[in-house]
This record gives sequence, C-alpha cells and structure tokens, in this order.
Amino acid sequence: MIKIDVDMNKCQHYGQCVFEAPEVFQLNADDKLEYKAEAPDEMLADLEAAADVCPMQAITITRG
Amino acid sequence: MTDAPLLIVGAAMAGLRTAEGARRAGYAGPIEFLGAEAHAPYNRPPLSKELLQTEGHGHDEVAFPIRSALEQGVTWTLGRAAASLDTERRVVTDEAGDEHPYRALVIATGLRPKPLPIPDHGLTGIHVLRTLDDAVGLRSALRPGANVVILGSGFVGCEIAATAAKNGCAVSIVTQSAVPLDRALGPELGGEVRRRHEAHGVRFFTRDGLFGLVGDPGVERVILTSGVMLECDVLVVAIGSDPNTEWLADSGIDVSDGVLVDGGLRAVGVDGVVRPDVFAVGDVARYPNPLFDDVARRVEHWNLPTETGKRAGQLIAAHLAGEDCEPLAAAGFAPLPSFWSDQYDMHLLAFGMTYLADRRELVAGALDDECVVEYYRGDALVGVCGIGMRSLVQSYRSRFTVPTAAV
Repeated sequence: MIKIDVDMNKCQHYGQCVFEAPEVFQLNADDKLEYKAEAPDEMLADLEAAADVCPMQAITITRG
Repeated sequence: MTDAPLLIVGAAMAGLRTAEGARRAGYAGPIEFLGAEAHAPYNRPPLSKELLQTEGHGHDEVAFPIRSALEQGVTWTLGRAAASLDTERRVVTDEAGDEHPYRALVIATGLRPKPLPIPDHGLTGIHVLRTLDDAVGLRSALRPGANVVILGSGFVGCEIAATAAKNGCAVSIVTQSAVPLDRALGPELGGEVRRRHEAHGVRFFTRDGLFGLVGDPGVERVILTSGVMLECDVLVVAIGSDPNTEWLADSGIDVSDGVLVDGGLRAVGVDGVVRPDVFAVGDVARYPNPLFDDVARRVEHWNLPTETGKRAGQLIAAHLAGEDCEPLAAAGFAPLPSFWSDQYDMHLLAFGMTYLADRRELVAGALDDECVVEYYRGDALVGVCGIGMRSLVQSYRSRFTVPTAAV
C-alpha cells in the first residue's frame, strides 16, 4: 500500500492534485480538499504526479 | 563515450523532474547535475511568501524530496556554473575550466531577474528575488516600518508587496502599467488586485518609472520619472527575467530568446536542425504549444518545469536506449499552463495563456468577492482565472484541447 499524507497547514485547496489522481483527491462542496490516506501500489505514478503538481508541496507519498 | 552520464545543467525543479522522468521511462545509467546555485533543488514560490515572512525558514522548508529512483547513480556538482558547450565533442565546460562529458544533455539553467534599469552607483539596499539566498537577504531588510519600494507589478512584485505589507512595512509599487498584473490578467482583475493592495495600505505609482536614486551608502530615496520622490530603505527590482543562455553563445543552438526546442523538447540549432542529444526544459525552453497556436514561446508558469521535465525524460530514455525518437517527438507537446498567486486572503488560480487574450468576460461571482473571468482571443478560449471558486476554475481544464486538423 501507499500512504498519503497532506499537510493541511500548507494546503490551500487549489485542487491540482485532483486532476492527477481523482480516485484519491477531491474538492468537496465547500471547495476544500478531501483525500484517502491509503492507495494501492499501482497508483504510485499518479500519486507522485499529484505530489509534483501541488503548488504548496503539501503532499507526501510513502511506500510501505 | 558510452559511460558518460545524462548531464543536467541547472539543478532546480525542471532538471529534477527531467531526471525523475528519465528514470521512470527506464534510463538506469549515470546522471550528473551541474548547478550554479549551492543548493539542491527547491520550490521557489514560497520565496515571495512563507519564507519571506518566517524568520529561520531556509532550504529545509522548501527542498524537494529526492525520490528513491535518484538515490543511486546521481552526482551533484553544485555552486558551479556552466561556461560553454561543445556539441561535437559532447562536453560542457564549467566556470572553473573542468570538463563534463555527456551522452545526453539537458539545458535547465532557468532565468535570472532583470537588473535595475538605471545605474545603482554601488548603493546597498537594492534587491531582486529569484533564489533562496535572495529571499533570505530580502527578509532581513523587510523590518516593520521600513520604506519598501517595489519596481514592477507582476506576480513577484505583487506577492512581495503583500508579504512586506503584512510584515508592517510601508510599501509602494512603481509600475509602467496602468494596473498591477495588467499583462497577465487584464484591467478588470488587475484593478481589483490594486484595490485589495490599497486596502492594506500599499501605494501605487502607475505609468511611472525610476529616474534616480539618492543615498550613501544605502539607498534612502528614489526619484520617479513623474518627479515624485519616495523615501526608500529597500528597493526591490521585479521587472521580469532573462534566460540564462550566455554559456550557449558559441554552441550553435538557437538562443535568440531562451533555447528553441521542438515538440520533443530537443534543442534546435541556428541552422534549424534538431540536436537529438540536447534537450531544454523549464523556464529557459521556448516551444510551440498546439493548445494555442504554432508560435514558440517561453512560458514562466510553475507547472511547466514539471511538464517539460516529464516529457523530456521520456525522449531522453528512448534516445539513450537507441530507440527511434521521431514518433514520440511528432506526437506533440501540449501542456496546459496553470498558475496561482496568494496575496493577503486573495487566492488566484488560472489555467491557459490569459495574456494572449483580446477580451475578457466575467462569468461568475463579483470582482470584489469571489469570481471567474474567461479570456478569449477572437472566439477561442485561451485562459481562465478565478478568485476563489476553485471547483469551477478546475472544471475549465477539459475545455483546452488541441484543434483536430481538418481531414
């Protein structure tokens, strides 16, 4: 499994990650970020892409 | 020279993403970074915001994590600028005279701020903001009560103004434009940005410029072309950037405005011929984007170092594996530029090339609250920008598509 952590003190809810990995990241009705804390290994490339495009660099991806 | 590395000149975000992209696409050989800055790759946007207002923040707070794919087989030569390129010998010579051979070369040397447009007479207190060291130097000058004059009203100038105002500085923006962010966002949103800055005490001197400086040894006052004189302890020059391509002057590569590349991010020579083993990525690269037209442009938005790096990484891996790169290159490259800006409690998010627009349309909300503005060139949507309203702005991404060629 891959562990996903978003530093919500940094996150400004821009939603760039949503476009790269919509299965994990979503903006809710109030335009606030919601995300799943775990995802299967085969999503690694998408999740790294999501971390790359975060303007605040708030997303940490850990394989474990 | 089969043992020579993939040489990446410029150890910032674009170079890093290129190395990652090449690894992801199967290149397992050696990689060497040659970087003018002393620091490993870091994220620049916080330099005008968090890092500029938080004492003690440094490289640790902005460094990009180095992924496991780059833990093996990577050499970092930092604090050393490239001086010249010989594409026939496949060698880059650095400023100390050392030679760096390569199998494939990535040009990722980025930009540097344009200097003060008038003589500085050696005065202290004059700043630019591009690097981490610039930000640390500027931060110590932005003391509460300091008179800060910012020359330029683009994103960097506006973000520094907001941070300085929050720090308790007395801030003035001097700009040739009629409103801030005029070129990027147009007069409507630009006017609203000005209003929000003025609400935080920032003064604007528009359609104005710098005529002279007074002080010794530090700047004390600036004289504007309009004749206005401003008290000034800190002068920040934020009037745009120039590409770092001087080291390529004798390389035979077209560097008339950044490095001209084809759809595969491969450098194009002054002879018009593509160099199959030389790539350029990030802010320094100039390429056409079929989402908009066939004009090659340098585009300085934050997501493009990543997009160009990923794309170049694929071609580099294919080239170094001896594969035919032509089909990959011919597939074209059409990244959607995206950018954002945080100033006070205003969060701008935009997609596309808003500055190509000849007209704008407010389609949701109100300028003085949250809103979405569409940007058109003729009938074609070329950009969208919102204050807030993220979901609506995000929904525009699918509307930027490459026109299908008539059959």
